[in-house]
Amino acid sequence: MYTRRRIVNAINLIGSVLAMGIGLAWLFWILFTLFSKGFGGMNLALFTQMTPAPDENGGLLNAIAGSIAMVTIATAIGTPVGIMAGTYLAEFGQRGWLAPVTRFINDILLSAPSIVIGLFVYTVYVARVGHFSGWAGVLALSLIVIPVVVRTTEDMLRLIPNSLREAAAALGAPHWKIITLVTWRASKAGILTGILLAIARISGETAPLLFTALNNQFWSVDMNRPMANLPVVIFQFAMSPYEYWQELAWAGALLITLSVLALNIIARFFLRKHEQINQ
Amino acid sequence: MNEIPDMANNAKVTIHDLDFFYAKYHALKSINMAITKNKVTAFIGPSGCGKSTLLRTFNRMYQLYPSQEAKGKIIMDSRNILDAKQDLNILRAKVGMVFQKPTPFPMSIFDNVAFGVKLYEPLKRNELAERVEWALDKAALWDEVKDKLQHSGTSLSGGQQQRLCIARTIAVKPEVVLLDEPTSALDPISTARIEDLIFTLKQDYTIVIVTHNMQQAARVSDYTAYMYLGELIEFGNTDTIFTTPKQRATEDYITGKFG
Repeated sequence: MYTRRRIVNAINLIGSVLAMGIGLAWLFWILFTLFSKGFGGMNLALFTQMTPAPDENGGLLNAIAGSIAMVTIATAIGTPVGIMAGTYLAEFGQRGWLAPVTRFINDILLSAPSIVIGLFVYTVYVARVGHFSGWAGVLALSLIVIPVVVRTTEDMLRLIPNSLREAAAALGAPHWKIITLVTWRASKAGILTGILLAIARISGETAPLLFTALNNQFWSVDMNRPMANLPVVIFQFAMSPYEYWQELAWAGALLITLSVLALNIIARFFLRKHEQINQ
Repeated sequence: MNEIPDMANNAKVTIHDLDFFYAKYHALKSINMAITKNKVTAFIGPSGCGKSTLLRTFNRMYQLYPSQEAKGKIIMDSRNILDAKQDLNILRAKVGMVFQKPTPFPMSIFDNVAFGVKLYEPLKRNELAERVEWALDKAALWDEVKDKLQHSGTSLSGGQQQRLCIARTIAVKPEVVLLDEPTSALDPISTARIEDLIFTLKQDYTIVIVTHNMQQAARVSDYTAYMYLGELIEFGNTDTIFTTPKQRATEDYITGKFG
């Protein structure tokens, strides 16, 4: 009897370890390829020169700048909307039909393929004004930010015990002061983590930008014109037959991966701090 | 010692035909009683008897939840506080409440105590600091925290957190203080400190305490109300209730035959 249990245990253990090994192996393979191919392209020119013609030397400055600009503005638009909507759902959403409907639609938006969002912005904005633009890219990216922030904000606020709200109400604090001074503050780290995860998500999105911001070979900070950005540049350069372009694409891919990794580490750091406070 | 609290004499709050509903559930049935000024009134009774529910009508805390409703009258200073015209936030500034579990806000010790004060009084910085010191001193916490006022309120021990919550409540200078099982989550030493505190606080405040612990009711209160299944079974001065209760049900509960 006991021997049988030990054998079953050993089999299960070996199975689990193997499964983990297979999962991690792919992950490390991807990271290894990324580093070995991308690291060669990491140099000063990458950050100081524009995307080159196939037979010239260059860097990714315009794409980096475009990505930073669009991600920053999309976050700046999506974050307040997401936080307000999430707060509504968590703090005022107990009665009526509006909150459950909003929550349901938000969940659909959260799991919508990003290419659908790109096509949507293409139809309602790009096709109407007749040209690709940085603003269209911002619009598509902020539509991806909003549902992520709504969801994390609501989840984090719901973790705050009602006793804390009652305690603030018992002192005579009006509802909006309870929210701004107590519940937001208590869930600050969690909400911030949600924002960082949303940023990490949109910095690698390619599909919505293909239909909106497209690309630009030259330096441009005019949000009303097509705008260079890392994901689309990687897509185009990686598909090209030119070796130098391919090398730049690898370097760009590594750059995005490192930025997302950095954001995740920051998010984790805040989350851990949050847990320590709650203990 | 004290006479049975009556409706006219020295009453801070009087309750008339109070009924309470959690949606369809009838939780309080026609309660009539008086809370005497500058005395400690205790509510005892088995779980679910409605003692916390009754306490939460005094500051209309139940109104945070849409399905809860109170009917009847609660007169405080000759005004019916259940009146729809009563401003809730002003009422709650006048009727403070301390909860079962300590609930420090996620901010510094100083800001925890200053929180309620800042809502209603535009005090200067030094006046505010004086008020915070006064409240912490009243709550017997000042000596323990005076060197770490900027530390987080959540860094204190459970007993200290509960005294912080008491300090936060009295900093607003309420007239009535409601205590909802304030020591049930605390160790015996912290409990003793809070009971001492209740004894000194009643000089300035009218206190109502809900407790599961009958010895505690006997130690700290002047008047005791025994409740069962949403009804007020017996109400009188604490000595009488604990030595010669009139109702058989009260006696059974107090002597431990039931509950």
